[in-house]
Amino acid sequence: MKQQPAGSVVSRGEKVFNVSMVIIGIIITMLALYPIYYALIASLSKPLYVENGSVMLRIHGFTFESYRKAFQKEGLWMAFGNTFFYTIVGVLVNMIFSTTMAYALSKKRLFARKFFTLFTVFTMWFNAGIIPLYMTFRDFNLLDTRTAIIFGFAMNTYNMIILKSFFEQVPASLEEAAFIDGATNIQIFTKIYLPLSKPALATVGMFYAVNRWNSYFWAMNLLNDDTKIPLQVLLKKLIVDQVANETEAAIITSQSLSSPTTVIYAIMILAMIPMLVAYPFIQKYFKTGLTLGAVKG
Amino acid sequence: MQNVKKAGNIIKRDWDLYLLLLPGFIWYLMFAYKPMVGLRTAFYDYNIFRGFSGSEFVGLEHFISFIKGPDFFRTVTNTLMIAFWQIVICFPAPIVLAIAITEMKNKFVSKLTQTSTFLPYFISVVVVCGMVVNFLSPSTGIINMILVKLGMEPKYFMVMPQYFRGIYTTMVLWQTTGFNAIVYIAALVGIDPELYEAATVDGAGKWKRIWHITLPGILPTIITMFILNIGKIVKVGYEAILLLYKPSTYSTADVIATYAYRVGIENGNYGLATAVGLFEAVVALILVVAANKLSQRITENALW
Repeated sequence: MKQQPAGSVVSRGEKVFNVSMVIIGIIITMLALYPIYYALIASLSKPLYVENGSVMLRIHGFTFESYRKAFQKEGLWMAFGNTFFYTIVGVLVNMIFSTTMAYALSKKRLFARKFFTLFTVFTMWFNAGIIPLYMTFRDFNLLDTRTAIIFGFAMNTYNMIILKSFFEQVPASLEEAAFIDGATNIQIFTKIYLPLSKPALATVGMFYAVNRWNSYFWAMNLLNDDTKIPLQVLLKKLIVDQVANETEAAIITSQSLSSPTTVIYAIMILAMIPMLVAYPFIQKYFKTGLTLGAVKG
Repeated sequence: MQNVKKAGNIIKRDWDLYLLLLPGFIWYLMFAYKPMVGLRTAFYDYNIFRGFSGSEFVGLEHFISFIKGPDFFRTVTNTLMIAFWQIVICFPAPIVLAIAITEMKNKFVSKLTQTSTFLPYFISVVVVCGMVVNFLSPSTGIINMILVKLGMEPKYFMVMPQYFRGIYTTMVLWQTTGFNAIVYIAALVGIDPELYEAATVDGAGKWKRIWHITLPGILPTIITMFILNIGKIVKVGYEAILLLYKPSTYSTADVIATYAYRVGIENGNYGLATAVGLFEAVVALILVVAANKLSQRITENALW
């Protein structure tokens, strides 16, 4: 037994506590990751082993067949393409609408600033709800259009407020100097404020992108045309509505390389891949954004 | 008069600021305030083809028929029960997780726990619900396979009303705990370390320090998060419930929002659906204001 160095304050109780925290941390990690891990190993295993319960901790009967079948699903690539379109164009539109408004609202000298701020913040506490918004889209003749998805959700008040509080922190001296040089507000906004706010823009852009990528509800209600629907709406049909039923399960033999169930898991993994690839960036920017949002209320 | 002149000067100098404000302002008018005007549908026997001029004004009839109708008690109870479990389980969980993560002296495990619990938030509702439905499938779902291995009968959980709230709460717990913990972790980092040192010198143990220093230190954050979220909790995650519920589980799963959705979008009864939605929005607003008032009175912390 080693003697504890003199002056060490780590007591026996403290040590037990630290070790149990490590164990708790590992258990929580496993609980958080297991559902995703299970979908992955099930999608890469032969269906017989998935459906008799052999696949729990690792892959049994490795095969890519479920992915090959998943790629052949009608409309999958189109839906992926649509989602990329809605995400890229949508985030661009989001950023244009929210940075311009946030910049104007960040200026204390703006006449009726209080009114305009309340005008936006009020919608966070009270909104009309599903049916009136649906009727609004109908009144504007935007049902079954890409425009509805892109422009109908061009703004998120919470994100706009984050940008506004960021613009407020930029020293006013920069703006005054530019005014003396004869710059207009729009020039100051695009040439000084936007380049200075890159971290905030990245954070809010990330918020919007995750939202755009994952949203399904309004796309499901507004779009009928199969060539316009995003991935999440197709996924709803493929993995939630069509849970593999008993009759399909019955025809699986040890020769089968894929089954409706394993194909569903493959589709889930395919849908998660872009998000998992972006996760390191997401994690970095979300954390700064969330703490910023909390401080500012 | 002078004020008007001053305002005029400011507008002249800063006219392009208003140009920047304009796109957002128009967006709010079109997609936030026009729907609010559309709320008057709740007071009409609204018909899509005839519009407001051809529809009969019925006053509070839709509200009365909802409140007196057979679905009121069920949807309100379900909404409150689901909200109750959210508040009792999903709201405190991130606080506990945040304290656990900051108490982990092993930096690698601490980071790993944070990273892995944060991840599920970014998986879409559709994929998460897909996982729930497939994991619980009676023939091929992993949960039932485990039950069978343990010598139990497989169950078709998704059609059994007694399991719905548990399934939904577990799903929300898995998806949001790590995400919501971030704010608390940031608040915990802000607590003065000298307080802990002083407490240790005074002989306070781990639990005492958590109870007397950590929790009071993050109490303002807890209250802020509660007020911010109470409205959202009462509105419950109807997007997920719509994907998970079935007619056989309506008795425990059908909440006010999903009922309004069925009545409006699926059955085309816009008047009643708008009334039901408005009822819910007003209740949520009242709760937010009440939560704020209450916290103001008890702790002197309030959002406004």
